[in-house]
Amino acid sequence: MTILRLIFQTAVLALGQLWANKVRAVLTMLGIMIGVGAVIATVGATEGLKSYILKEFDSFGPRKVWMDGTVPRSQRGRVSSTQYDLRISELLYIKDNAQTIDAITPMQFLSGTVRAGDEVRTGVSVTGMWPDWHEIEKRQAVQGRPLIWTDVNEVRNVCLVNDKAIAELRLDSDPSGDFILLNDRRFLIVGVIETKAVAQGFPGGGEARTELYIPYTTAIAMQPRDTANFALAQLKEAGGADEAKAELSSILRRLRRLGGEDENNFQVETVQSVIDQVSRVATGITVAAGGLVAISLLVGGIGIMNIMLVSVSERTREIGLRKAVGARPSVILLQFLVEAVVLCLVGGMIGLLAGAGLLLAVAAIPSSPLADAGVPLWAVGVSLGFSAMTGIVFGMFPAIKAARLDPIVALRHE
Amino acid sequence: MAPVIDIKGITKVYRVGVEEVRALRGIDLTIARNEFVAIMGASGSGKSTLMNILGCLDQPTDGSYVLNGSRADRLSAGALAEVRNKEIGFVFQTFELLARSTAIENVALPLVYSRLAWWGSRKRAREVLTMVGLGDRMKHRPNQLSGGQRQRVAIARALVNRPSLLLADEPTGNLDSTTSEEIIALFKRLHEQGQTIVIVTHEEDIAGHAQRIVRLRDGKIISDNPTLADPIHRDYLDRVARASVAAAGTAIAAREGGGAREGEGVSTGGVSDGVGGGGVRA
Repeated sequence: MTILRLIFQTAVLALGQLWANKVRAVLTMLGIMIGVGAVIATVGATEGLKSYILKEFDSFGPRKVWMDGTVPRSQRGRVSSTQYDLRISELLYIKDNAQTIDAITPMQFLSGTVRAGDEVRTGVSVTGMWPDWHEIEKRQAVQGRPLIWTDVNEVRNVCLVNDKAIAELRLDSDPSGDFILLNDRRFLIVGVIETKAVAQGFPGGGEARTELYIPYTTAIAMQPRDTANFALAQLKEAGGADEAKAELSSILRRLRRLGGEDENNFQVETVQSVIDQVSRVATGITVAAGGLVAISLLVGGIGIMNIMLVSVSERTREIGLRKAVGARPSVILLQFLVEAVVLCLVGGMIGLLAGAGLLLAVAAIPSSPLADAGVPLWAVGVSLGFSAMTGIVFGMFPAIKAARLDPIVALRHE
Repeated sequence: MAPVIDIKGITKVYRVGVEEVRALRGIDLTIARNEFVAIMGASGSGKSTLMNILGCLDQPTDGSYVLNGSRADRLSAGALAEVRNKEIGFVFQTFELLARSTAIENVALPLVYSRLAWWGSRKRAREVLTMVGLGDRMKHRPNQLSGGQRQRVAIARALVNRPSLLLADEPTGNLDSTTSEEIIALFKRLHEQGQTIVIVTHEEDIAGHAQRIVRLRDGKIISDNPTLADPIHRDYLDRVARASVAAAGTAIAAREGGGAREGEGVSTGGVSDGVGGGGVRA
C-alpha cells in the first residue's frame, strides 16, 4: 500500500518535472518516440497488408490446392510449354488414391461463341470441369441442378451459366431447360450458379464475366486433347497443406517416372502455403522492425540515462533532504526509477500516437491496400513494455547513484 | 524516564587519503527529555560531526548512542532512515525546502516515508503549519515566502512526525535579527510545550536562549554548563550589558549636547567591540 502510494506520488512528481522542463524532456525522449513510432507504423502497416492479402486469399478458398504441369528450368526452351500438362489419367489416379484431398477437378478453358435467340456473344469464357468443382469453388447451383458425373461420363451437351450470362444473353430469369448454341453445338442449360467475386490477380478473379461451365469430357470433345490446363483440388483438412503437397508430388513423380535427381515437371501449390509464406514475410518484417526499435531504444535509453544522471546531480540536495527526513535508499532508488520509467513511457506513448497517426493517414488514402491497417494490441503492449523496460534498465544506474548518496555530503552539495 | 540522548565514549575517525582525521575523541553526553541545549564550538571543533551523529545521518566509529531508549549506533542505512523519520526533526540553516512544492507539501514530506495515509498526513501537516503561524500560507511555494516564513515551514516539517528530538543547525544563520528573534521565540514556545531541542550554533545570543550550553573543541567537550553558569556566556552577557550601558550613555550625552565629544568616541568603540563578538569566539 505504502509502496503503491509512493509510486503514484513519485509518478505525479515526475510528470510535473517533465512539464517543467518540456523542451529537455522532448529532446530526451526523442529516441524512444521515434523508435516506438517507427515500429508501430511498420507493424501496423505490415499487419494491415498481411490481413489484406490473406483476405484476398481467403476469397479464393483456404483449402484450395492447384496443380499444373511445368517445364523444369533445365529443359526450358527445349520442350513445348504444354509438354508436361497434367494428363487426365493422372488426375483420375489421384482422385482414386490420394488420401489428403477430398475433391479434385481438371480445369479446361475454351473460348466460345454463344448464341441464344438473337443474342450472340463471342469470346465467352467456357470451362470444362468435373462435378467436384462445385465443392472446391463453393459455388452451388442456385437454380436448376449442378453438373453430375453422369454428364461427364456420357459427354452430355449440358451447361451451367452464371447470372452475368443470363443478363448478357437475355435469358429467362430461370433458364434451366432452355437451349443455347455454343460453337454451333446445342447445349441444354441445366442450372445457374452465382457469380463469385474473386479478387483480382487470381484465376477467375477480376470483374465478373459471362461464364459457361460444361463437363470436362464435353470440353475435350470440342477441342481434342487429353490434358487439362490445370487442376484444382481441395484439402481434406485446412491444416494439411504440407502433407497434401508431399503426397500429390510423390504420386505425380511416380506416375511420371521421375528419378531421384530429376526436377519436378509439375507444381503443386496450396493457398495455405502461400498464406504461410505471406505470414512468414510479415513476421520477418515485424522482427526487422523489432531490431530497429531495439537500436533506437538503446540510443533513447542512453539519452534517458544521461538526463537522469543530470537530474540526480541537479537534485543532490533534494536527495540529501529526503534522506534526512527518512527516505530509505530503496525509496530513493524507486523514486528515480519511476521517474525514468515515466519519462520512457511518456515518450513511448507519444511515439505510439505518432505511429498510429501516420498509419491512419496512410489508411485514409483512397483505395489504399492498408485500408484496414490498425495497430495490433500486442504491438501497443510490447512497445510500451519495452519503453518501460528501457526506463528500468537505463534508469537503474542513475537511481543507484542517487540511492547511495551520503545524506551529509548531499546536503552540503552546492 | 530514559533520556532522549545518551552517548558514551563516541569517537569518529575520518580517513582523508592516507591521513586519519579524528573528528570526535570520546564524547559523553546525556540530554534529558524537554531540555533545550545549545552545542557550540568553532569550525573544526567537531560540532557538525556530533550533530550528524545525533541526527543519525552518520554513525560513530566507536562508542554507544541510545536515542529515546533504543540503540542508534551500528544500524543499516535503511534502519537509520527509519530512525530519522520517527525520532528526529531537522532544521537547517538553509531551510532545504523543495522549491516546486507548496508549504503543505513540504511539511508533509516526512509523512510520505512513514506509514500514515494521505488524508491523515494532509490533516497533520495543516495542523503543524497552523501551529507555527502559517495557517494562511499552506499553498504558497517557498519563493512566495519570506526567509522567516520559510524557516517556519522547515520547523513545521521537522515537527510533523512528533520527533523526540528537534535538531537545529544554525537555524537563524540566514535570517536578519528581527526574524531570528521570531524563530527563537518559536523554539522557546516549542520547548515550553515539552519539545526536546538541540541547537548547534556559534552565536552567543542564540545560545543564550537555551538552558544549557555544551562547548566543543578539538573533538572533545570542554564545558557543559547551565547557560547562566557558563563563564564564556557570562562574559559575553557582561560585555553586551556594558555596551548597551555605554550606548545609552552616549545617547544621553548626545541629547545633553556639548562637552562630551571625547567620551562619545570611546563609547562607540565599546559598542562595536561588544556586538562584533570577536573576542567571544576566540
